Amino acid sequence: MIPPETTSKEPKQMSAAEEQSQEREAAPDLSAMGERRQGHGVKVRGLHAYYGSVHAVKGVDIDFPANEVTAIIGPSGCGKSTMVRCINRMHEEIPGARSEGHVTLDEIDVYGAGVDVTAVRRMIGMVFQKPNPFPTMSIFDNVAAGLRLTGTKSDNLRERVHRALRAVGLWGEVKNRLNSPGIGLSGGQQQRLCIARAVAVEPEVILMDEPASALDPIATLKVEELIDELKNRYTIVIVTHNMQQAARVAKSTVFMLDGELVEHAETTKLFTNPSDERTERYVTGKFG
Amino acid sequence: MEANATTAIGGRSTLERSSASRLPDQVLQWGLTVLATLILGLIAYFFIRLIGESTKALNSFGLSFIFGNDWDISRSIYHGAPLVVGTLITSAIALLIGVPVAVATALYITELCPRRARPVLGMLVDLLAAVPSVVYGLWGVFVLGPKLVPAERWFANTFSFIPFIGGGGSGITAPNYFIAGLILAIMILPIVSAISREVLATVPAENKEAALALGATRWEMIRMSVLPYARPGITGGAMLGLGRAIGETIAVVLVIGNAPTIGHHLFNQGYSLAAVIANEFNEAANQPLHSSALFAAGLVLFVLTLIVNIIARWFVRRGTRGMRAPEADSDGAVGTGFTAAAPTS
Amino acid sequence: MSTVSGATPLTQISPGRKRKDRIMRGSLMAGTGIALVPLILVIYYLIYKGVSSWSASGFFTTDPTGSFFGNPGGIRSAIFGTLEIVALASLISIPIGIAVALYLTEYGKDGRFANLVRYFVDVMTGVPSVVFGLFIYITLVISHAGGSGFAGWKGSLALSLLMLPIVIRSAEVVLLLVPSSLREAALALGAPRWRIVWRVVLPTARSGLVTGSLLAVARGMGETAPLLFTVSLATAFTGNINGLMNSLPLQIYTDITNPRDVIVARAWGAALTLVALVLILNVTARLISRRSSMT
Repeated sequence: MIPPETTSKEPKQMSAAEEQSQEREAAPDLSAMGERRQGHGVKVRGLHAYYGSVHAVKGVDIDFPANEVTAIIGPSGCGKSTMVRCINRMHEEIPGARSEGHVTLDEIDVYGAGVDVTAVRRMIGMVFQKPNPFPTMSIFDNVAAGLRLTGTKSDNLRERVHRALRAVGLWGEVKNRLNSPGIGLSGGQQQRLCIARAVAVEPEVILMDEPASALDPIATLKVEELIDELKNRYTIVIVTHNMQQAARVAKSTVFMLDGELVEHAETTKLFTNPSDERTERYVTGKFG
Repeated sequence: MEANATTAIGGRSTLERSSASRLPDQVLQWGLTVLATLILGLIAYFFIRLIGESTKALNSFGLSFIFGNDWDISRSIYHGAPLVVGTLITSAIALLIGVPVAVATALYITELCPRRARPVLGMLVDLLAAVPSVVYGLWGVFVLGPKLVPAERWFANTFSFIPFIGGGGSGITAPNYFIAGLILAIMILPIVSAISREVLATVPAENKEAALALGATRWEMIRMSVLPYARPGITGGAMLGLGRAIGETIAVVLVIGNAPTIGHHLFNQGYSLAAVIANEFNEAANQPLHSSALFAAGLVLFVLTLIVNIIARWFVRRGTRGMRAPEADSDGAVGTGFTAAAPTS
Repeated sequence: MSTVSGATPLTQISPGRKRKDRIMRGSLMAGTGIALVPLILVIYYLIYKGVSSWSASGFFTTDPTGSFFGNPGGIRSAIFGTLEIVALASLISIPIGIAVALYLTEYGKDGRFANLVRYFVDVMTGVPSVVFGLFIYITLVISHAGGSGFAGWKGSLALSLLMLPIVIRSAEVVLLLVPSSLREAALALGAPRWRIVWRVVLPTARSGLVTGSLLAVARGMGETAPLLFTVSLATAFTGNINGLMNSLPLQIYTDITNPRDVIVARAWGAALTLVALVLILNVTARLISRRSSMT
């Protein structure tokens, strides 16, 4: 924090308190969401996914530990996005697509009989590669969208929307224009808006499918900073084609190839001393 | 002389085309441009002639032609409020019944029904547009009209306390505003549905995904991400349906009763701008004032539909701003061609 | 609201939301069903009431007699009248329509004039057919152009005004589908534009053009109002297109208000015939476009 000058020649210079507050508003502040909470891990067992007759994910077993960031890397077409979409059952929305296997969140198999898929998606949120705020809604309405589905009342609603915006560090930038259209924001801001939207409904897990690949480097950095904060409250799975990003944010990393899980290890180990020869070839850039 | 790349046999550079081979091109371009201009000119010419033929009546009656309530052939008075009101009432009924059903079909076909059923259902709804209006009229006169009379009487008696809807009771007969509006609703259904389907197809999939990923049910997803986006386009489609309903002649003249008065309730007989032209055409053949009045009704009709259509197209353009290039949709039908081929009379 | 730990409510969402989802989805499906009911009913009654006329002797081989009593006659002149009038209308509107569409796609492209033409063509599709009938009536019938008052060819003109925008719009869509790479390849080989149009663009777009034209014809065939003011009705079987003629829509229209049951029955038979013709055109058009998009 920059110490304030007591005698200032320019009256416009901000006081320490103001500067502090501005910086706080710009930084992700998950404490806004309430007391620290324990996330829940996800276990994937025997997951197969198909697009029609194409076998895209061939029997994957992974544990995603609670309150940790796990990255999934691999070349294009290796099935990483498909696998992640099976976790919140978005994969089955594609016509002709189906999956087999078990994905358990907190001892409950999301593919179990009697499980409502919309409840699953409430608990397992998703952020997409291209920021997709609802174009006809304001910033406020975008964040409130998920909350309104469960009939959250207006006072509670407003508070939770503000909290979510603070949590992702957007509050300072948008607090005076909450009613302006969500698509009026920059790309990086839109993506953080989408993260706020996902966070507002208090999921257990947040899945991120290449969340920063459409963003410029500065916006990317902000998102990564946010991810680092988010793990304190949620379990994060991030698909990325950017190995440096995985190294920056993830505690452990999964390498997939051709629909199969090749290696799952602590991130530093995977990049510096991988066990599998295919992993070694990928991370040293010999292909993909 | 050395031959070089651009010298051809005959000494003429291959880069030059002979003026003879250029001529067909120029003729073609010139000819087609003239043709396009002619068509514009033709419409303008017709418009002017129509105005010309209407002036007699319009001068005689002025604004009363539209606002006066007295269409009496025997006294040679042609104040057309019954026509205008009848047109408005039947069109309103057509919109109220037809648009929600059409949008429902569009939503069902694009969002909910099994993929394989889509082209079939789409084609069936489009087939409603293939039925000629005279056939709808025939069916309305002998099937729908008579069959609905008991229900209409019951309805009017049960709700007799509501102005306009109630009343009439056992005096209700088959030709009336409601039947005309109902048949119009059926006739505008295909066009509103087709346009709505085109508009719904432009909703970005990523927004639908975002809604689902938040834990929305299918209907909630539609309400949250599809309908708000599609609203301008669907409004445009509804207005195109309105234009259609306003201009429909043959089906209406057969089922509205052609009574030159303003009916006081829903199941009254009435008249419309289009119906009067068809109905009184022969009678007015040698009556200059009567003929002019009919032409004036046609003019009002024309201007009305022009305005509605221009506004409608503005909405549709706004609504399909994200449209992909025109392409054959899944059943092989070329979109706009089928939409256009809906009879207006 | 924070949870430290505890069972996640994965299995249920509020029953109200589930119910609403089911109700709304049911309503949309019901709405679609409601929309199809008139189609089914119309076709049912057409067949139910029209087929018996079809099997009546002489239905397709005799002309309406127009007499108040006795044998009402068949609809032969109506069928032929429609075929003649619509054939002439097609001969006028289809080539001109394709030509204008060619202008728009090959020459005018995105220019201001071309966009003006497109806009007016769009607007033209919304003009009620009555108005086209009135246009021709004012300019050609009253003035007895061509030596006759009402005439078949004037009806054809009114119909072609109606069909023209349909042909233009569907043709333009189809022509735009021809990949520009084809045109560019031909241009790069030095072919003049007119030859490209004649030998490359039109053949490629052929099935789409046929489809659009068939639909326009189906539309023209079913129209009554334009004929009402330009051809009027004559029951005789005639090839003279410069005079009154019969036509299916007008014959039906006239018969509907006839007090005799046999004549109303004939109207049903005629309506069935008309719808059959229109449906054949529609289905053929769709088959052609589906076959072409499969290659």
